Amino acid sequence: MTRFLAWFALIFGCLYFLLPLVGMAEFSLKMRRGEYSFDAYRRVFEDPTFWATFSYSLVLAGATIVMGVFLVVPTAYWVRLKLPQARPFVEFVTLLPLVIPAIVLVFGYIRLYNTSSWLPLTGSALGTDFLLTMGYTTLALPYMYRSVDTGLRTIDVGTLTEAAQSLGAGWITILGRIILPNVMVAVLSGAFLTLAIVLGEFTMAALLNRPAFGPYMQLLGANRAYEPPALAVIAFAITWGCMGLMQLVTRFSKHERAKA
Amino acid sequence: MSYLAIQHLEKAFGSNLVVKDFNLGVEKGEFISLLGPSGCGKTTVLRMVAGFERPTAGSITIDGQEVTGLKANARNIGMMFQAYALFPNLTVADNVAFGLKVKGVARTEREARVAEMLALIGLPEMAGRFPFQLSGGQQQRVALARALAPSPRVLLLDEPLSALDAKVRVSLRNEIREIQQRLGITTIFVTHDQEEAMSISDRIVVMNAGIADQVGTPFEIYNRPTTRFVANFVGTLNTFAVQVEDAAAGRVRLGGAALTLPPGLAAGSEMHIALRPEALRLGREPGYETVVRGTVEEVHFMGSIIRLRARVAGESVVLDTFNRADQPPPVPGTDVEISLSGKDAIVLNG
Repeated sequence: MTRFLAWFALIFGCLYFLLPLVGMAEFSLKMRRGEYSFDAYRRVFEDPTFWATFSYSLVLAGATIVMGVFLVVPTAYWVRLKLPQARPFVEFVTLLPLVIPAIVLVFGYIRLYNTSSWLPLTGSALGTDFLLTMGYTTLALPYMYRSVDTGLRTIDVGTLTEAAQSLGAGWITILGRIILPNVMVAVLSGAFLTLAIVLGEFTMAALLNRPAFGPYMQLLGANRAYEPPALAVIAFAITWGCMGLMQLVTRFSKHERAKA
Repeated sequence: MSYLAIQHLEKAFGSNLVVKDFNLGVEKGEFISLLGPSGCGKTTVLRMVAGFERPTAGSITIDGQEVTGLKANARNIGMMFQAYALFPNLTVADNVAFGLKVKGVARTEREARVAEMLALIGLPEMAGRFPFQLSGGQQQRVALARALAPSPRVLLLDEPLSALDAKVRVSLRNEIREIQQRLGITTIFVTHDQEEAMSISDRIVVMNAGIADQVGTPFEIYNRPTTRFVANFVGTLNTFAVQVEDAAAGRVRLGGAALTLPPGLAAGSEMHIALRPEALRLGREPGYETVVRGTVEEVHFMGSIIRLRARVAGESVVLDTFNRADQPPPVPGTDVEISLSGKDAIVLNG
């Protein structure tokens, strides 16, 4: 009986999640009346705005990942090494983006960095891009921090640091040549999650009026019938691709082999 | 002044003083072991020499240079850790080359030095392997090569053999000693294993509650402990309360038997002496001044040695006897005679 219930729950769960996706995918293939086709996908790929917004978001995702790595890896490393008592506080701070809506964050940015402020970042495209990158970094912080912190947990940070110090290494060498390479799998996990977040983010990009992929998806959804589900399938494919890459990287990492 | 001079070193963590007025002079090329129970401060002393802990008071000098305030990466000290601490992302060769790279040694010179070090530890064929592809013993050998590669002024070993199995531990400690003697590198070795310390050290510092209780050669530490703690901590000991008959002549009475200790005992009616298990002989032995009777309680066969526990005049006594294939040990419950001599006795002070 228990076995039956378990199977029932599994099948029900799968159907609950997969049916809407299958329905959406099927609908995206019905652009041509009476037959299945990839017309909606072709339209999307032929749209130069798709490529412009997608490339823009991809570049910003790259910048966000770099920013996140520079911010999170040294912080998580230092907290683990020297300030373990500050860990609950740092964890609380990194969780704040999950409870503070992006709209609050972006309005704060606009108030602080508008054209009449002391630092008018919104006054130029580059400045706004920078602001957006900082915003994305904040949104991705909970995921990046947790990934890196989990990665740091798998290595003996203290002893490796002391071993490197005894060999004459300074902090930058230790971070760049010992710590970062050893948490690279965790960093990549955080990076892929960041990529997924940035590609789908709408609020910040829309309110800062930047040509990102999120607002493009929204705009398309409001004006077309078949292209939005096609775009959603593409976005899902990208996200799942990222997840798959995460699995792949983790599986083939040396650490995993070492642990085995 | 000694090559490595530690003077009036102290370390407090909050209100807890873990190292108290620690003084030690280590000569160039000497192998010194810091021996003591857990929490006695031996690792803290080592970490202060390495630069990982800042002393609360005192000074550390290496080759005439005051290093107390120097950062760990500026001291040119090699260190081996209990947990191997090889960099998991680097190959064996890269691990060994790490210190040289940091120093800015040219590539050709670096490669030659790495090859030399790997030959020294007997693992030249492992250069391309990663740490996880090595056994514990091999990893610790690589850690030794890595520590030695930049030619450090002092080598610090923080219980490097603790994580290894017994057989590897013995062979590696001999290798470490051989390499240390070959290179003539000044070495401080932290351990809680007295056999390990005694087998490879020039001198041993026995530490107790943050204090160096006794500094001496393994022979001195084992045979002439100056404090009760050292006597109890190093080796196995049979302790007896004896009545002093003639302090000037060193004559005491143990149970009903008379013993003559080295002359010049402190005046008093009662004192404690100790005898090592190997100082007690099973049966009547010529040259031993006293024979006491006892009953065997336990027999432990330890290979070359058989350890007996016997009850003598109400006290539990441990004695060792060599294993002989033609002479089986007595079984528990057997009454035996035990010979002992005052010249083997350790007078316990403190």
